[in-house]
This record gives sequence, structure tokens and C-alpha cells, in this order.
Amino acid sequence: MNVPWAADDEPQTQPVVMNDDVVRVRQFARGLSQRCKLSLVDQTKFITAASELARNTLVYGGGGSCTAGLVRGRGRLGVAAVFEDFGPGIPDIELAMTDGWTSGGGLGLGLSGARRLVDEFALDTEAGRGTKVTVIKWAR
Amino acid sequence: MTQQDAFPGMVKLLTADGQELATGWVDRVAGSLKGRISRNELDRELTELYTALVEALRDGVADAHADGMSEVRALLTELSRNRARQGFSPTETAISVFALKHVLEPVLQDGSDQDIRAYLRLGRLLDDLGLFTIETYSRTREEIISSQADQLLELSTPVIKLWDGVIAVPLVGTLDSARTQVVMEKLLQALVDTGSEQAIIDITGVPAVDTQVAQHLLKTIVAARLMGAECTVSGIRPQIAQTIVALGIEFGDIVTKASLADALRLALKKSGVEITRGGGVGR
Repeated sequence: MNVPWAADDEPQTQPVVMNDDVVRVRQFARGLSQRCKLSLVDQTKFITAASELARNTLVYGGGGSCTAGLVRGRGRLGVAAVFEDFGPGIPDIELAMTDGWTSGGGLGLGLSGARRLVDEFALDTEAGRGTKVTVIKWAR
Repeated sequence: MTQQDAFPGMVKLLTADGQELATGWVDRVAGSLKGRISRNELDRELTELYTALVEALRDGVADAHADGMSEVRALLTELSRNRARQGFSPTETAISVFALKHVLEPVLQDGSDQDIRAYLRLGRLLDDLGLFTIETYSRTREEIISSQADQLLELSTPVIKLWDGVIAVPLVGTLDSARTQVVMEKLLQALVDTGSEQAIIDITGVPAVDTQVAQHLLKTIVAARLMGAECTVSGIRPQIAQTIVALGIEFGDIVTKASLADALRLALKKSGVEITRGGGVGR
């Protein structure tokens, strides 16, 4: 997915390599969604999705990065976050997107839940190449 | 001019108008700190530094990292640590060293060739010492940050007794595995200690409930149940409720309430306590 980054607002990239980084990503996501004037519910949804995906990047991808910023499209403002890792990738996307399925010890709702929390969701992965998840939440 | 010849030049440069130089130096530094450190203290700090610096140069040491400079470095370390602790910026810290270059500058106007060479050599030394202060400064800041992180981890999660047989755990901030472990242990221990059968976990202070937080909560509740206690989760705000639904987290048969007051009312009812409004006068 091509992310329509807002021209006047550079997206920022942060490392996601340890537990504290997940908190940092979450705080950054909070700042962005407040700047974008998302409703409180949408803010919480975006922050939670970012938290899920950041933890996935860390736990399953073995660490990576998060690039997040404001986006503009069809006259609307939104927030986007791209999570990228160069870990083992996801061999079976359909299975990974199934509610309740996990390859680790989680609830198995991270990926599928994150998809329901945002407006746009793109998963780009291949076994052995890594994983790239892009999410966008538009302001209403 | 060889390296050795530079020393008398540098000492001369520093000591020629000793008192005037020191005053100018203190003035400059005091100006940049805008009165946040008393002049007396600044005077003492810089005089000590000045004396140690001249001493080291007299001994023929002009390398910021040499043994002969250890006294100067010790003083600078103390200075930068204090500045870092008192919340001064790196600039405000390093200015203590760099201001000396500034007050020596007039030498460049009317000094001899030798003076100018001595100034340049001294400048290089002061640059190194300035970098040293910044390094010490940032090391101190890092120490402060890591000790704060330790303190945060130690922030205890209190278990509060609300009523006979009813305890509550207000959760604040991020729930990670380490903290959940602490919370769970404390809760279970408090259940035993107080003989309570009702526990309320309040998540008003948890900014976002993602699957990891939910999983930790569920584990804690199951553990409490195994001990024969009933758990209620309270403090579920509207945005959190909607997020939990969208995520698809099932809380199953766990009782949840919007506010701690609701949860307390329920817990009291379950433990057989009846609350009635007192019939006031005039009713």
C-alpha cells in the first residue's frame, strides 16, 4: 500500500527492539492521533492497534521499526503507521489473520484485532523475508 | 616554537591579569546562568578550577586526558554533575569552560605572536575540557534516567481494603509481564491476609487495553478465582470498551463495571452487606 504521507508533516521512524519501544510507539501514536483530532474512541483504537503491531514486530519479527505520521487523502486527514521487520515472515497469512490463532503465547487477536481497529490495513509478508504492516485511521 | 615553550606562554596568558581575568570569567558565566547559581558559589567553583588549571600547566601538562590534569577533571566532573542534577542545559554547563576562551580573546588583538600561539594551544585544551564536561553531563543525566526507571519499576501497586472482605487494586500505567506478576502476587497475598472473597481490579488508570494487557488481566483473575475469590474489573471507559470489542477480546463470565463505585456496590451486595440511605430529618 502506498501511504499518502501529508506533505507538510514528515513521518518519523522509531526503532522497535525492546519492550520500552512499544511504550514509546504507543505514546507517539497518541500524540499523532491527538494532532489529527481523532475522536477519543478512534484515538484509543489507533493507539491499541499500534501497540499490538509494535509488540508483534518485537516478539515475532525479532525487532524492527515503526514509521508513523499524518496522512492526507480525499480531503481528509489521518494517521498512519508502518511496522517493518526482517524476521521470519508469516508463511500462512490466512491462518495468521484467524482470530485466536497464535504461534506464540498470546491471545491470537493481535493481527486480526488490529485490522478491525483501523480503517485501512495492509500486510506484506513472505516467509524468510520479513513482515511489513501498514495501518491508517482517518479522521471523521 | 616547540611544544614545551608553549607552557610558560599559556601560564603567562592566564596569570598576567589574574584577578581581572577571573572576574571577567565569573561575570560571563554568571550572565549565562541568569542568577540561578549564587555568585559566591560560582566564584568558588571557577577559582578552584582556575588554580588547578594553572597548576597543571605549570607542571607542563596540556593534555586534557593526561594524569596531570586529574585535578582539573575532578573539579569539572563535580561541576557538570551538579549542573546536570540542577537541571541546567549542556550549554549552560560547558559555558563554564568556554567562557574562559572568551575572556582571553583580547589577547588576539594586541598580543605578541607568542601570546597568540599560546592562546591557540590553550584553546585546544579548553575545547577538550569543554567536551569532557559535556560527556560527564550526559553521563550524569543517563544515571538520573536509569535511576528514575528503577524507581518507576519499584512503584508499588497498592492493594486497598475497601470493606470487610472487599479489596481493590487500582492499576495505573502500562501492564507488562513484570508488573502483572507483581500485581498478581500482591493481590493473591492480600486475599489470603485479609480473608477477602471479593477483589476489584480497577483499570481507570490504564491508558490502552491491548491483547497483552487483557491476557495479563485474565490470568490474574483466573488465579484469584482458584483461590476462591470473585473478581470484578472496573474502570472500563467507553473508548476502552469499544476497543476491546473491536479487538475481539472475550471477557467471558468475568463481571465488569464502568466505575469503581458500581463494582464496590456489587461486591458489597454479594458479600451480604446492605446499604440503605439514612432517613434524614425532614424526610
